[in-house]
Amino acid sequence: MSKWVLLGLRTGAKTTLYPGSAETAPGVSPGRPKGRLSGEPESERSMLSLCPTGAIYQSEDRISVDYRRCVHSFRCMRGPSEPLDYEWGYEWASIRPEENDLSGRLGKAFTHSIHIRVLDAGACRACLSEIEQLGKPYYNVHRLGIFMTPTPRQADVLLVAGPVTDNMRLPLQKAYNAMPTPKKVIAVGTCALSGGVFGPSFTCGAGVANVIPVDVEVTGCPPPPLALIHGLLLAAGRRARTLTEPVRPLQGRTTE
Amino acid sequence: MQAPSNHAIKPHSLMELLESRWAGGVSVRADIQKPLLLIECGPGELQEVCGLLVSHAKYTFATLVVQENSSHWLLRYIFYGDLGCGQVHVLVHQPKVGRVIPSISAHVHAADWHEREVEDLFGLTFEGHPRLGDFVLHEKWPEGVNPMRSGFDASVPYSRREVDPEWRPLQILQAPGAFMMPVGPVYSDYAESAQFFLETVGEDVVRTTPRFFYKYRGIEKLAEGQPIERVLLMAERFSGTSAFAHSLAFCQAVEQICGVRLPVRAEALRVLLAELERLRQHVSAIAGICGSTALAVATSQASILEEELLRLSCDVAGHRYLFGLNIPGGLSLDLSAEECLRLSESIKQIVERLNALLEMLRFSSSFLDRIEEVGIVPAQRAVSYGLVGPIARASGVSRDLRKVLPYGHYNVPLEFNIPAEFDGDGYARLRVLFSEAKEAANIIRQLASAIPSGEIICPPFEIVPGEALGWVEAPLGAAFHWLNIGEDGRVARYRVTPPSFTNWHGFHLAAEDFAFQDFPIIMATFGLSNAESDR
Repeated sequence: MSKWVLLGLRTGAKTTLYPGSAETAPGVSPGRPKGRLSGEPESERSMLSLCPTGAIYQSEDRISVDYRRCVHSFRCMRGPSEPLDYEWGYEWASIRPEENDLSGRLGKAFTHSIHIRVLDAGACRACLSEIEQLGKPYYNVHRLGIFMTPTPRQADVLLVAGPVTDNMRLPLQKAYNAMPTPKKVIAVGTCALSGGVFGPSFTCGAGVANVIPVDVEVTGCPPPPLALIHGLLLAAGRRARTLTEPVRPLQGRTTE
Repeated sequence: MQAPSNHAIKPHSLMELLESRWAGGVSVRADIQKPLLLIECGPGELQEVCGLLVSHAKYTFATLVVQENSSHWLLRYIFYGDLGCGQVHVLVHQPKVGRVIPSISAHVHAADWHEREVEDLFGLTFEGHPRLGDFVLHEKWPEGVNPMRSGFDASVPYSRREVDPEWRPLQILQAPGAFMMPVGPVYSDYAESAQFFLETVGEDVVRTTPRFFYKYRGIEKLAEGQPIERVLLMAERFSGTSAFAHSLAFCQAVEQICGVRLPVRAEALRVLLAELERLRQHVSAIAGICGSTALAVATSQASILEEELLRLSCDVAGHRYLFGLNIPGGLSLDLSAEECLRLSESIKQIVERLNALLEMLRFSSSFLDRIEEVGIVPAQRAVSYGLVGPIARASGVSRDLRKVLPYGHYNVPLEFNIPAEFDGDGYARLRVLFSEAKEAANIIRQLASAIPSGEIICPPFEIVPGEALGWVEAPLGAAFHWLNIGEDGRVARYRVTPPSFTNWHGFHLAAEDFAFQDFPIIMATFGLSNAESDR
């Protein structure tokens, strides 16, 4: 077995320095479109129609992006003559707008070590795969005192991905109810925030918030691991809230 | 263990055979160009025709497509053979008043789950099928509500039902000391939602009853009446870890219907990206297998490579899971020569480290003890279940769609091998994953230096009505996307048969007769996706 130990030592530390300092390695995030001041009404209308999930919308004199709907189709970037600019960050998590202050809301215990139960409510597996990376060498959230637990009874935080399919609604409620209070829910990815391309429909809801209360939203399709770390730190009250675009209320599905 | 002789009969001999056997009773048409054989028969001949295709002609069952027309049901059973055999479609028309079709699953076991699915979603009954009901739709969907029927409104939640948390399989083992252990739907650290009922009388699992479709999103129904661009999103996102493969199959179906020829650069880049996805998926599966045996350093090593491949994908193609690249007619993004070179260089290095990892795993006896001669799928069962992908190839069944039904740039001379192992155990599946990862890297490196110049997308084209089958060898195996575009240019019927669906059907073969503690390891060596299977 010593050869494995040696190999491990030889490989050295790969872990990102985030949140101590910014991660700059290429490929850690696909980026996301950025709102801008409206230009020609004609071209902006076509820009709005390019977005398949209605994430891009007009608000007063601006073109804004609702990241809870953005599915990274890149159609606003690769199609039009005047594409939207992309920003290449990953601090995409935010606290639910109605609860403005999260610092210390869970009590002091949560600012130290937290245990997470991951729940798949019909995710496409990309979100789950990104969550899985959290425990792997490049991200290794154990160093931040964050651990995965197989049972909701030991969990402080429920990390939910997927639009909540019909068959997962009851298991989701049961898992949430089984968690001891105080507890927090992080909704991960576009499906969990708005239903994505699947909901609402005969099989899916329009996101987790319709079933259980959500405290932190992590946008992205899927959110890269660094965005998930950002969300976890927010939930633990360990990182200042990021300013994001104003969030538009969700109303039904926009088809085409 | 040797693979049985499984060479498929060539289409012309098959035609002769069918005509001599059922003179006049069965009509056979051939499209030699594709090649495609269309067999029309009545419900009376269906079982025998399908049985002959599989047992005598050695074809593999691909999928069952049911289409509801105004006056009749059209059932299309699709089969494929070896190189040059093309596809065989068996068509049965059934007047809508009748809802009973003879079941073929006694002759073609691979059709078992397809018939169960159709029974649930369309309300058709397959006469002679031993186990219909409670498959896709869980227990409390009212009888007679069949979401795939044309009158069903898919846009609103269907809530007139309750889930029964106490659901149990119909038959439970009755023996002294027997007990049943339910696993799931929420279990393990990162596992996808699915449920397994494991029955045992002590140490060994005697029977495994899986219960899936917890993640059923009904994309086949959601696609109906939607424009192509919208359905493309669903094709890409129902299984995020094989997004490129499935969006490719969907695009190929659209392109076939519209008669579009792709620029050769687009074809080559598609293969390049598809192999990048395969490589990443296989490395991820290898990490999963190492993780299931708690070999920590090996898990970390494979995970490091996985993350590097994700970053590489994002770096050259804009998205870690290759979303948003395939569009009907080509690709949305070009790769520069410099990017191709960088890709090829990085892949070369990753494969070297992968080889080193395999060399160490091969001599780690504690690891081998957990996967060798564990979870065995015998070759005959792999054939009768129509298993696909790395799992089938580990049992000596090596029908890879890239070789037997070459599509796109796989038609040009590319040098790659389809690995074949014959042990059918967990270790054989691991070795297949390693060899396929190497072959994928090999293809990437061949292509990266020789991408033909030109456009990455064909000129804009009109969406025309029609129907076609798109297929790819996805990372987990053969995937079939049947697409029917209606007169309005929107999707009339969309049918997806992902490899995970096909292979989960055969999962119990591996899990049964092995000890309880082997179960998670066997599951890891299968490496299947419920998102892909449940759709």
